[in-house]
Amino acid sequence: MFKRTKITISIFTLLLGSSIANAEQLVNIGRNATEQEVAAWDIDVRPDFKGLPIGSGSVEAGQKVWEGRCSSCHGTFGESNEVFTPIIGGVSKEDIKTGRVAALVGNKQPQKTTIMKVATLSTLWDYIHRAMPWNAPKSLSNDDVFAVTAYILNLAEIIPDDFVLTDKNIADVQKLMPNRNGMTLNHGLSNERGTPDVKSSACMANCTKEVVIRSSLPEVSRNAHGNIRLQNRNFGAIRGVDTTKPPSTKAAADTSNAPKIEPNEPQTSKVSALDIAKQNSCLSCHGVNNKILGPGFNEVAKRYKSEASAEKQLIAKVKNGGSGNWGSVAMPAHEQMSNEDIKLIVNWILAGDK
Amino acid sequence: MSIRNKQVGHILKAPENFLSDSLVSEINTMGLNSKRRSFLVNSFLAASSALASAPLLAATLKNDAFVGDPNILTLPEHSKSLGKAVATNPYGVPSKYETNLLRRESPGLTRVSAASVSFAPLQGLFGIITPSGLHFERHHQGWQDIDPTKHRFMINGLVKNAKVYTMDDLMRMPSVSRMHFIECGANTAMEWGNVAVPTVQYSHGMLSCSEFTGVLLSTLLEDCGYDKKAGKFLLAEGADGSGMTRTIPIEKALDDVLVVWGMNGEMLRPENGYPLRLIVPGVQGVSSVKWLRRIEVGDKPYATKDEAVHYIDLMPDGMYRQYTSVQECKSVITTPSGGQTLLNKGFYNITGLAWSGRGKVKRVDVSVDGGKNWKTARLETPVLSKCLTRFNIDWVWDGSPAILQSRAIDETGYVQPKINELREVRGTKSVYHNNAIQSWKVAESGELSNVQAY
Repeated sequence: MFKRTKITISIFTLLLGSSIANAEQLVNIGRNATEQEVAAWDIDVRPDFKGLPIGSGSVEAGQKVWEGRCSSCHGTFGESNEVFTPIIGGVSKEDIKTGRVAALVGNKQPQKTTIMKVATLSTLWDYIHRAMPWNAPKSLSNDDVFAVTAYILNLAEIIPDDFVLTDKNIADVQKLMPNRNGMTLNHGLSNERGTPDVKSSACMANCTKEVVIRSSLPEVSRNAHGNIRLQNRNFGAIRGVDTTKPPSTKAAADTSNAPKIEPNEPQTSKVSALDIAKQNSCLSCHGVNNKILGPGFNEVAKRYKSEASAEKQLIAKVKNGGSGNWGSVAMPAHEQMSNEDIKLIVNWILAGDK
Repeated sequence: MSIRNKQVGHILKAPENFLSDSLVSEINTMGLNSKRRSFLVNSFLAASSALASAPLLAATLKNDAFVGDPNILTLPEHSKSLGKAVATNPYGVPSKYETNLLRRESPGLTRVSAASVSFAPLQGLFGIITPSGLHFERHHQGWQDIDPTKHRFMINGLVKNAKVYTMDDLMRMPSVSRMHFIECGANTAMEWGNVAVPTVQYSHGMLSCSEFTGVLLSTLLEDCGYDKKAGKFLLAEGADGSGMTRTIPIEKALDDVLVVWGMNGEMLRPENGYPLRLIVPGVQGVSSVKWLRRIEVGDKPYATKDEAVHYIDLMPDGMYRQYTSVQECKSVITTPSGGQTLLNKGFYNITGLAWSGRGKVKRVDVSVDGGKNWKTARLETPVLSKCLTRFNIDWVWDGSPAILQSRAIDETGYVQPKINELREVRGTKSVYHNNAIQSWKVAESGELSNVQAY
């Protein structure tokens, strides 16, 4: 992979030289970055651990960070499938020896966990450091990241309970990654000059004896994306099928009689509570019907619907934030939202039945 | 006839107001049936003691014979009134009747809407350019709307001078405008095993195409004096919470990668990376890093999360293919397609999209019998490299069951495969890079549905 010939290099150089201004002409464009600026942004860590800062974290410290910042989404043992796909599960002691996760063959483990897939420990460190926690990325200290990484490796039984992961020993731990030998670059899809792995032919006539329908849309899926009639125009060459009704068994009309044209119903521009919830990122933490960081709207409705002061309480909660009712993750204040919007959302949540 | 028309015209303007607005509009859109007719007569009689008798009604129906479409015979309000002023909508919006074709999520696909997908409504789009507001979305940690005056772009690593550019700097540079598709590597992922989704929006809608304006990445790399010997791979990094990062081989970067701010004549939309994104033509969309803040020149691949845990393809032997990038040649019929129904027997224009991450589309063939026999479709211009190409072909439907398929061939001679041919090599677990031929079954009722047929 990633090979090129000298000929292509020189062609690119020629093209650049002839068609686009050369670099010397770009006077007064951009400026040199300072060392501090590069340090502030150059946070990536490579598989050979180039870029890894000095630091350390114990499994024990990792558990504390985990329980405060990570477990609400990923579960206490990284096994949760509720919000994101599981991190832990599906690897064995034997995999740690071989560096190949046996459960990846066949269909023994349909749900592939992170630890089954990831070959490079740097990937975990880099990603936790740059993007976690979900709602406050880049807020963990370097030592916190070492500690959380250690805790994950301990959950996967790669390192013992008393282990302290450091920039010095991380390369040794890499040698224990269960799927470290599970990646291949031997394919033609890494660049456009690679050789395709699947070859078909462009037969034009009598290409098969018999065409067989091998798979059809399950009946339950026909209306699972909402009414398809409302996802197509009500004029033009076709119509969307009304998927709230069973498929028609009547043959299509022979005649050229124009079909009944249903009147257009221009939509009013009324903003729905769901729109407001989306615009204010409510759905980043609350599912309509499931828990994310905070409770699902369905759970909120269930708990509060019989309380007379529910509307007032919840309006205050959205406006000012708070914590303690649903777990350790605090609900932030939403001062930017208008009172009308908050009221609309709260009543929509309490109404339930989404 | 002209006299009658004039009189019919009075229906809307009659000072007596004996018809409700809703009945008038119902008649205008649906025509007169017996119920409406008698209601009209009754209304008229009730209100018309002062009026002369009614040649009025005979205008559209004379002894129950159809004499014309009320949409023609009755001049509509829009032909008889003053329209709205210029700049009523300083930023124009679609017609109020265009409310059905929207970006939509696939229920159950993801549980967290900030790390999700919305699909472009390919079933109703024309030509090859996706309206910017309908471009598919894929965010890994939500989208941001970044102040362009505060956005900075840095190049560091194996360069003579690590540099910082403002939007002012970048937009002064020698610029290029190019049309390219962006397709998510996971487009059509739900169909590796069996048919799962009802329409082309959900099966193929992680696909869009735009004209992008920006500066060649090679120009920027030259400006920083990148290390031509040691520099082998770049890391591209986003400024969003996910800090999206992807490795790009340097020969690709020097070939056709763009750092862009313009999209279809305007600035990028926030959901598409405003104010700055990378475009890596022909490669799965995740490499076209949005909200681009940094490029690092290095000598080894980076194995970031979205190229070491996701966007890797599981093969039947349990090995993952890593750094699979190219979106191979693919096509799909967009109209008529799954979830749509034909109006009646007769003539139809079959239309769809074809594209290849390896260059231009050379040919598209269409079958209406599930792949037994094929005819070559017309390609609309322009036909550009790593860009959507629109195809059309005539079809007269005789009312019997049919299976519609399209098959694209690109300029390298690569032929879009059938799903069974893909599975023979890659199994059914590989998630990404499903470029199989799509089949739409046409039932005798005219309803089309998603099937796999070969």
